[in-house]
Amino acid sequence: MTTDEQKSFESTLPASRVSPTRDHGSAEAVRLSRPALTVNDLSVFFADTQVLKRVSLEIRARAVTAVIGPSGCGKSTFLRSLNRMHELVPGARMSGEIRLFGDDIYAGAVEPVMVRRRVGMVFQKSNPFPTMSIGDNVTVGLRLNGIRDRAVLNERVENSLHMAALWDEVRDRLNAPAISLSGGQQQRLCIARALAVQPEVLLMDEPASALDPLATAKIEDLILELKKDYTIVIVTHNMQQAARISDFTAFFYLGELIEFDATRKIFTNPAKKQTEDYVTGRFG
Amino acid sequence: MQHFDQELATLKEKLLTMASLAEAAVNKAIKALVDRDDDLARRVKDEDSNIDRLEIEMDDAAISLLAKAPLASDLRLITVAMKISHDLERVGDEATTIARRSLELSHEPQLKPYIDIPRMAKMALEMLSEALDAFVNRNPEKARAVIPRDKEVDHLNKQLHRELSSYMVEKPTTITRCLSLMVISKSLERVADHATNVAEEVVYLYEAKDIRHSGKGQNNHGTLSG
Amino acid sequence: MQGTACACALLVVAPLALVFFHLVKSGVGSLNFDFFTHLPKPVGEAGGGMANAIVGTFTLLGMAAFIGVPIGVLGGVYLSEYGSSKLNWWIRFAADILNGVPSIIWGIVVYALVVVPMKGFSAWAGGIVLGMMMIPLIMRTTEEVLLLVPGAYREAALALGIAQWRMIAQIVVRTALKGIVTGVLLALARVSGETAPLLFTAFGNRFWNHNPSDPIAALPLQVFNYAISPYDDWHRQAWAGALVLLLLITTINVTVRVLTRDRFRQSGR
Repeated sequence: MTTDEQKSFESTLPASRVSPTRDHGSAEAVRLSRPALTVNDLSVFFADTQVLKRVSLEIRARAVTAVIGPSGCGKSTFLRSLNRMHELVPGARMSGEIRLFGDDIYAGAVEPVMVRRRVGMVFQKSNPFPTMSIGDNVTVGLRLNGIRDRAVLNERVENSLHMAALWDEVRDRLNAPAISLSGGQQQRLCIARALAVQPEVLLMDEPASALDPLATAKIEDLILELKKDYTIVIVTHNMQQAARISDFTAFFYLGELIEFDATRKIFTNPAKKQTEDYVTGRFG
Repeated sequence: MQHFDQELATLKEKLLTMASLAEAAVNKAIKALVDRDDDLARRVKDEDSNIDRLEIEMDDAAISLLAKAPLASDLRLITVAMKISHDLERVGDEATTIARRSLELSHEPQLKPYIDIPRMAKMALEMLSEALDAFVNRNPEKARAVIPRDKEVDHLNKQLHRELSSYMVEKPTTITRCLSLMVISKSLERVADHATNVAEEVVYLYEAKDIRHSGKGQNNHGTLSG
Repeated sequence: MQGTACACALLVVAPLALVFFHLVKSGVGSLNFDFFTHLPKPVGEAGGGMANAIVGTFTLLGMAAFIGVPIGVLGGVYLSEYGSSKLNWWIRFAADILNGVPSIIWGIVVYALVVVPMKGFSAWAGGIVLGMMMIPLIMRTTEEVLLLVPGAYREAALALGIAQWRMIAQIVVRTALKGIVTGVLLALARVSGETAPLLFTAFGNRFWNHNPSDPIAALPLQVFNYAISPYDDWHRQAWAGALVLLLLITTINVTVRVLTRDRFRQSGR
């Protein structure tokens, strides 16, 4: 029973993700030279309101892409459309296409659940499950999808907590309740929890905005490490943070993608005046 | 943004104050030379401390602005302002050098009427003035036009150098005076160089293109926006 | 102002104190080992106990829970997590009305639906009526407790690629479990003292109940029958029975308090 469920779960992942060590062979290299996410003409509507207007861009694999813009510009909706989480809002519709390494994530036969296993998400306020221990929180995505093998779970716990730079701090108390951790630690736990499912892309919605500067710095360091193995898309309202950690930046305003370019260019010499005004804090 | 914009405006004001002091210093130094006016020369030397003080204030103001993590054109403005202020401080130092040499020369008979030196001074000061105008008026084209004129000043300097060299050989008693004149000429050539630097900084500020070190036989550093 | 408020507060507590005091005074004397282990003696004879009524109450509560808890909790889950807002409004409306329906009407309805076709009173009927009374109660408290679970947990679970039903069962319900248990216990406390519906369904029994299709004794019923009888001994036993019933309800409430106190300590970190 377990093995079957495990096999069917793993069959949704690309071959390279099944083995614990990353396969950097030629097939993987070819795959990664393609953009991780291709967004084509994406429009999102909530009932009668159009929240995103014909957005098109390509998100490069194993890089950090920042999404910036004033409140209400649609950046959070855009992020959520990448793992179909915007569908949780009643009355949500979309048009256009989003491809994840070539696969259409909105195709009729695709279940949102399958997409979300390949595209993970970390939220603004850390939300570890309060009834579970630290270790159980990390493995919840695996256990509730049918993986019960103790050895696999233990290995994933250690790997994920290492990747989230939390292992050393919690290795002796994996059974302690998750809510006994500090805010910054809880957020890293949520990152570990998302990574344990071995997604290909990690979405982060203002992950450090609720944290103090020291915890924020740890998260930013973590992101710079993670981008060696993961594609990361991060929504942030902190310009300097985007300038510090991202390779590419997309600027949204009133539902439209105004400018999308290398971070260096957006923050030293943006092409559009709206971008310049927003980045220098003169509006928004 | 009000306070930040106000700080930026103060920074620009300081820079322009420095600029007018530096231009005036060179002017006065050349006038002291031509008029053999010792008092004026001494005043130029003393007033250099004002320019130095302003450079320190500029750096201070720029650092405190940078601590606010500015981006895009704000960032370019602040870094460019810092660089221009260093160039202006050097111009002030060159004026002091000219004033010192003028004090020495005024105690000896004049070799010949001063024609080339005032001409060089005029050219160098025009270059500086136009580069600063380009800064104030946001006109990178005007700044670009300044850059090729550096060659003329270099040419004049070399010419004067050759003349003075052969003069020294012919009449060894004029050596000290010729050497002082050479130093003055070199100072003016450097003032023109600094004016060129300022022009390049202005182009970077308004076009985000780094055009330094191009066309002098060295590699183009490429654009900053790449 | 403070004096008036204080007086009012005391006024609220006073009836509870009176009840407790009176029951203890009148009933504690008759609480002995026999009371808890013997069957009632025939009419007129002294002695005997309410063992069958005590067991009967627990039996009926067990059957009621069997019916009320699954349907009530699942109903609460539906109201909180699924359904359209229009339909849910009607369901809530119906539940709130049912919660206010006098219990004797429940008794009459189940009489018509169960007792008449079965041609007799039975434990089944008693369990069914108490269970049906528990359903709207548990449904509403379950719904309220589930709605208190922050949406952030649901989002986090869905973002991990966990299926919605799993997310609800193993994350949301699990988080709200203490609250759900509290709701169930309070519903049990509420129905354990119901007398009127049992008059039409369980009916009462002077002996042990060996077959759920037969009538069954219950504490409230026994207390009622003894209290209106002309016998002093039975009066005394009625007081004792009432005291036991009150102690049962009080115990459940205290348990609830203990459970919810743990929750506060944990969330206070």
